[in-house]
Amino acid sequence: MIPFATWLVLAERLVYLAPVDYAVIVFYFGLVLAIGFYLRGRASTGEDFFMAGREMTAWVAGLSFLSANLGALELMGWAGSAYQYGILATHWYWIGAIPAMLFLALVMMPFYYISKTHSVPGYLKLRFGEPSRIVSAVSFAFMTVLMSGVNMFAMAKVMQIVLGWDINFSIWVSSLTVAIYVALGGLRSAIFNEVLQFFLIWAGALLIPILGLYETGGWSNLKVLIAQRASAEYVHMWSGLGSFSGNPMGIHWTGIVFGLGAVLSMGYWTTDFLVVQRILTAKDIRSAEMAPIIGAGFKMFVPLIVILPGLLGLAVLPMKLTAESAVVAGGHSYNDVLPLMLARYCGPGLLGLGITALIAGFMSGMAGNVSAFTTVWTYDIYRALINKDATDEHYVSMGRWTTVIGVLVSVGTAYLVMQSASIMDYVQALFSFFIAPLFGTVVLGMLWKRATGPGGFWGLLCGTVSSISMWAWVKVDPSALRYVALSPDAKALAQDMYQALWSFLVCVTVTVVVSLMTTPKPDSELVGLVYGMTEVPSVGNIPFYEKPIFWAGVVTVVLIVLNIILW
Amino acid sequence: MHDSGISIWFFIGLSLLVNGVLIFGAGLYEYVAPPQNPVVLYQLHAGVWWGAILAVVGAGYCLKFRPSRTN
Repeated sequence: MIPFATWLVLAERLVYLAPVDYAVIVFYFGLVLAIGFYLRGRASTGEDFFMAGREMTAWVAGLSFLSANLGALELMGWAGSAYQYGILATHWYWIGAIPAMLFLALVMMPFYYISKTHSVPGYLKLRFGEPSRIVSAVSFAFMTVLMSGVNMFAMAKVMQIVLGWDINFSIWVSSLTVAIYVALGGLRSAIFNEVLQFFLIWAGALLIPILGLYETGGWSNLKVLIAQRASAEYVHMWSGLGSFSGNPMGIHWTGIVFGLGAVLSMGYWTTDFLVVQRILTAKDIRSAEMAPIIGAGFKMFVPLIVILPGLLGLAVLPMKLTAESAVVAGGHSYNDVLPLMLARYCGPGLLGLGITALIAGFMSGMAGNVSAFTTVWTYDIYRALINKDATDEHYVSMGRWTTVIGVLVSVGTAYLVMQSASIMDYVQALFSFFIAPLFGTVVLGMLWKRATGPGGFWGLLCGTVSSISMWAWVKVDPSALRYVALSPDAKALAQDMYQALWSFLVCVTVTVVVSLMTTPKPDSELVGLVYGMTEVPSVGNIPFYEKPIFWAGVVTVVLIVLNIILW
Repeated sequence: MHDSGISIWFFIGLSLLVNGVLIFGAGLYEYVAPPQNPVVLYQLHAGVWWGAILAVVGAGYCLKFRPSRTN
């Protein structure tokens, strides 16, 4: 028998699949297409196609909300980050997600829900007027379709490295599958498949931490192994954040708390239409509030299948992984840690399920992008600017065609990225910077009735321009990092946090100043849109243990306890 | 999601059941005919028990949310 490490070096690709693995993968593709065909008859009206009939239960909306974010690149990227930075990467799942999800559930969701908007740009139209909607819709649509292409290329590249599959084959098979099931069944089909993909991701990935902890002898021994092979700081979430140089990420706790927790994650989870769209399909106000709380409950445990495999890789893999740019022949990058761990523990069948989990993650992310793009294009750009008075049937038809065209543009972007890989870094970085100022605009619109249309528009524009400018400044002059991220030691993730914080503050400042200089809307026009002007409907006379606020409290307590344990 | 048509949970059950059966079968085969290049912790036969767990959970979902019951 050849030892595992030797086998890896001998292999031309990371893993080899057995016939049963292919059977698992083929069955998955067959099932998602079957769901699309089955649901095509239930997507005949605009409400059905774009909003899934607004009839989803809290569980379906909540799992879909989470699944749309659980892309394959997210899984592999964060497992790689855990290998590179240690348990600090968990902050992106806990303080960098849970408070924002609870804030969405308890504070913002009622306004999205009462206004019966189809999208986040749609809310901006109601609150601030057409110019804000257009800025938000155009930037979202443009970046979403580009992101979708970038992710498609990255996933095809992963399949090439891991399985040796042809890059064109991966791009076309996966993208056409998504196009078919979303175009047929609309958002309902995307959501059904996202919930299915959520279960497959867990079924395929959960064995790694179980077997990994068995091999290392439990959490305590794992910490000892990591301290020997890297540093004891790799297993502490907060104790090394007192200084920029005291932790592997080069970040201070202010960046984590204010940049990540208070701005970037709030922006992503409360205003990125890709995820918010799933909650807007909830069947009633209680389901709309419970869905993000259910998502938060599960999100708290995603580090088990993402961060823990990265840490386990640090402890047990015989080879040293490096940054992508430093990989030598026969070596592997940080991002390969998840497939390497899959190959380490998973035999025939299990390996197929693990690879299916990665493909499912990719497709759920892509379907999320495509369905959100379709809605924003049809309602916030096509109907608002090009054809205002068409029939519902016409808009559904436009939605189906936009799905196909959106996928084709994504494929085009994927090939563009293939020609110039550096585009990928630019698109991913820029997309995340649109989020922070958008959060400033939406949250001020919901919570401050004095905010005016011009204030919202100029705040959003200046915040977005400032975030792009900071990013470009550091690109042109890397020494600018000491000003933007407050330290020359800051790594890329730390830079993102501070950039988000500054652009949010610029957005809020400009919105407040311009609003105070312009005429506010009359109170009567703010009903249903602004806190204090709106009677938020009650979730009904139900026992305390069925109330969203109770479960939000439970999630908060568990979050605090977990952070203290891993301090 | 149970008011008309097939429940989403039935599809999930079907997926877990079929995958579970395939993985359980592959695990049993490996148990009987050990591979040349075994994975780490091969002796735990993860495919057998993980496949069985998935199949049982999937069968439970299929039964509970079968179309004849939810319609």
